[in-house]
Amino acid sequence: MSEVLTFLETLKARSQQRAEEPTWIAARRQAGAARFEAMGFPTRRDEEWKYTDVRAISQTHFALTENAEFSQAGAAALTLPIDAYRLTFVDGVFSAALSDLDGLPQGLQILPLSQALTENHEAVGGPLGRLTGVEFSPFAALNTAFMEEGAVVRLAPGTVVEKPIVLQFLSRANAEPVMCHPRVLVEAAGRSEATLIEHYTGEADAQNFTNVVGEYMLDRGAIFNHYKLQEAPLGDYHVASMHVEQNRDSRYRSYNLNLGGALVRNDLISDLNGKGAEANFLGLFFGQGRQHVDNHTKVNHNAPLTFSNENYKGILGDRAHGVFNGKVFVKRDSQKIEGFQSNQNLLLSDRARIDAKPELEIYADDVKCSHGTTTGQLDEEAVYAMRTRGIDKATARALLTLAFAGEVLEEVTLDAISERVELAVAGKLPERFNLTGLVETASALNE
Amino acid sequence: MATEEMEQLVRREYKEGFVTDIESDTLPPGLDENTIAFISQKKGEPEWMLEWRLDAYRQWLKMKEPSWAHLNYPPIDYQSISYFSAPKRPEDRPQSLDEVDPKLLETYEKLGIPLHERAALAGVAVDAVFDSVSVATTFKETLSEAGVIFCSISEAVRDYPELIKEYLGTVVPKNDNYFAALNSAVFTDGSFVFVPKGVKCPMELSTYFRINAANTGQFERTLIVCESGAEVSYLEGCTAPMRDENQLHAAVVEIVALDDAYIKYSTVQNWYPGDEDGKGGIYNFVTKRGDCRGDRSRISWTQVETGSAITWKYPSCMLRGKDSIGEFYSVAVTNGRQQADTGTKMIHIGEGTRSYIVAKGISAGKSDQSYRGLVKIGPRAKGARNFTQCDSLLIGDTCGAHTFPYQEINNSTATVEHEATTSKIGEDQLFYCQSRGITEEDAVSMIVNGFCKDVFQELPMEFAVEAEALLNVTLEGAVG
Repeated sequence: MSEVLTFLETLKARSQQRAEEPTWIAARRQAGAARFEAMGFPTRRDEEWKYTDVRAISQTHFALTENAEFSQAGAAALTLPIDAYRLTFVDGVFSAALSDLDGLPQGLQILPLSQALTENHEAVGGPLGRLTGVEFSPFAALNTAFMEEGAVVRLAPGTVVEKPIVLQFLSRANAEPVMCHPRVLVEAAGRSEATLIEHYTGEADAQNFTNVVGEYMLDRGAIFNHYKLQEAPLGDYHVASMHVEQNRDSRYRSYNLNLGGALVRNDLISDLNGKGAEANFLGLFFGQGRQHVDNHTKVNHNAPLTFSNENYKGILGDRAHGVFNGKVFVKRDSQKIEGFQSNQNLLLSDRARIDAKPELEIYADDVKCSHGTTTGQLDEEAVYAMRTRGIDKATARALLTLAFAGEVLEEVTLDAISERVELAVAGKLPERFNLTGLVETASALNE
Repeated sequence: MATEEMEQLVRREYKEGFVTDIESDTLPPGLDENTIAFISQKKGEPEWMLEWRLDAYRQWLKMKEPSWAHLNYPPIDYQSISYFSAPKRPEDRPQSLDEVDPKLLETYEKLGIPLHERAALAGVAVDAVFDSVSVATTFKETLSEAGVIFCSISEAVRDYPELIKEYLGTVVPKNDNYFAALNSAVFTDGSFVFVPKGVKCPMELSTYFRINAANTGQFERTLIVCESGAEVSYLEGCTAPMRDENQLHAAVVEIVALDDAYIKYSTVQNWYPGDEDGKGGIYNFVTKRGDCRGDRSRISWTQVETGSAITWKYPSCMLRGKDSIGEFYSVAVTNGRQQADTGTKMIHIGEGTRSYIVAKGISAGKSDQSYRGLVKIGPRAKGARNFTQCDSLLIGDTCGAHTFPYQEINNSTATVEHEATTSKIGEDQLFYCQSRGITEEDAVSMIVNGFCKDVFQELPMEFAVEAEALLNVTLEGAVG
């Protein structure tokens, strides 16, 4: 309980510094704090947190920061080489210097949450927190209590945005660990189309805590590609609650790529609320050292004729611990739906560990649902076959690992991202060797 | 499929519903240490057994009823249950079938399983539990020649105290869970099977449990031990008469397999599921666990679950011995307002252990069914292997089918696979059958039986026939 008080004290100190806010924000903040105080941090006795111990977070004192200083060169090295509209946050604080919103097309609005609140806070009040309320989890409540900054993306009806939108979250190696509670709010109106990349990265020695809440509202026929490239420093704690709402005929694709972080927890939920809505969840998690990566996903088929497909791959080496919990929920009378789920895990070392729980909860009969999950190791016969052809053992293993990840990666249409993940996976394999050349040759051949 | 036929099917009556009127020597409702002392005394148990029960009771008092299952039922008042019921005149217990109360025999007749015929035809020894006391045990001599002990647990406590002391509560500890603790405190009957080293039990052992006298919960305790190289196949089948009050059933089954032993445990459960509105029906909270203690030992659970209002049951295997094998084959059918949360746990501890799970769930009417399973691979279980197949079939749009498989894998040399599907009977499958002159009802029956085939073929022959018939009866009207 004392851990909860530490966070509440930080909150109290912060609110005394804060300028006066619209009443609705103050009320939400209070509701968040009250809910967090009531629930406390989750423990492993909570079914949703059965395999994830968050004491590393709850027992650390995290400060808040107000400056967004980051060297241009340092940032440039971390930034994805993609021509994009870009918002950058440094330890949760908006950095205008590292952002680039030149030439925003008509019908697209991208702005930091603080600015959106100053300009027209009423317009934010409605959607903010509509999908992820304080009830969702203690972390969502904590985020609501602390929320100050984040990104608001609005797409007018029929707007098709060609360039991706990048939200870049940088974590600094501070003297003392800091925390941030960003919000991401996306409102995609009817038939609009966009690609959003949330990129979490930072300085190698950082040890901060990022607790993000994302809400993505897709109206009729909207098409939304959502990349999450989580390359947080290996000392960082990362908790993300992502909630998608899909209206009729909307299409959502999630690429949830997790490479970094000491302790990572992702909750990804999609509500398929209108006929013809389609959700695709693709995920890859790669753990090494003592990393803990927990992915919870849920697809709610709330309307008939909806479709979902999920494919998550886990690669775990050293003493890494992976968790996959995927749920397909089919509401009563949501007939003629299809829901597929697949989770495959590769254990590269004796001490690596995976806990998987693919769930189906179905209340309609005219459905096609399936899930499959497998866990195993590299096929030694395949390694042998490659060795007989002169490929050394380490390379063979790396190639097979890459091939395992390939099924997800080949769906990634942005080369800058897939190459980055490929290199990360190949470079971090237990038996180190240089695959860069190979990957580059392969991608050159593809072009 | 025609909705009317479906509804007819769903509206089937419980065929085995009848109450045999035998005066019972029943304890008034309520549970305290006196109740336990009474049961222990009634059973003529030694002092240590009473202590064991009381210890379990005291632990139970401190425990909380589990609420994690996907089940919904009103709170159970444990003080409103009578914890002991025995047929009158226990001292005049019949020594053979001829001496059995004709009303009891009649009951079996109604079930279509005349004891003597079955026993003679199938060469099966039957330890029939009528309410809480064993009333007939046959083929005891053949068994004793082979050195196999097959008796009621109460007799075993009196006659084989060393064996009971050695094994009872070693697989399912007294405080394992809420219902196991309750059972440990108040268990009244059940079977004890002991197969000594190297003996292959000459016949399949079978017990028919029946719950009779209204308001008595049934708390059986079964213990099966196979020494090195021994083998036994045990059959358990249940039906219960119709009544209004919910009945609590909390059994514990413990199985121990030593080196190279093989135990096959088959269950057909057809207790009263309650009426159309979910009134009445048995609450079935069972803890079944097998311990593959020896190397290369093998335990196989097969179950056909068609009855009970509430089923909470997870037959499990602790795979300790090197290269030991655990198997679980299950068909669960729910109709009306039945709720079932069932599955298995395979705990891989030893090297080279293997487990195989096939679970088939059929939901109809307004029922709700969940498969809940755990496959755990310990850090020392090198080369462990699991395959799980778990399919659900939904009949009608008011039922639910859920899957909650847990996998906890701590060893990179393990291979674990899980597959699950959920669907309804395909219109194209039905059309195909009908275009060949098969009636819709028959077609549905064929498809459902085909769906369950993988499990039925694991059942002993005579049980398989019964199970198929039972499946048809259960889904009668709803399916052909």
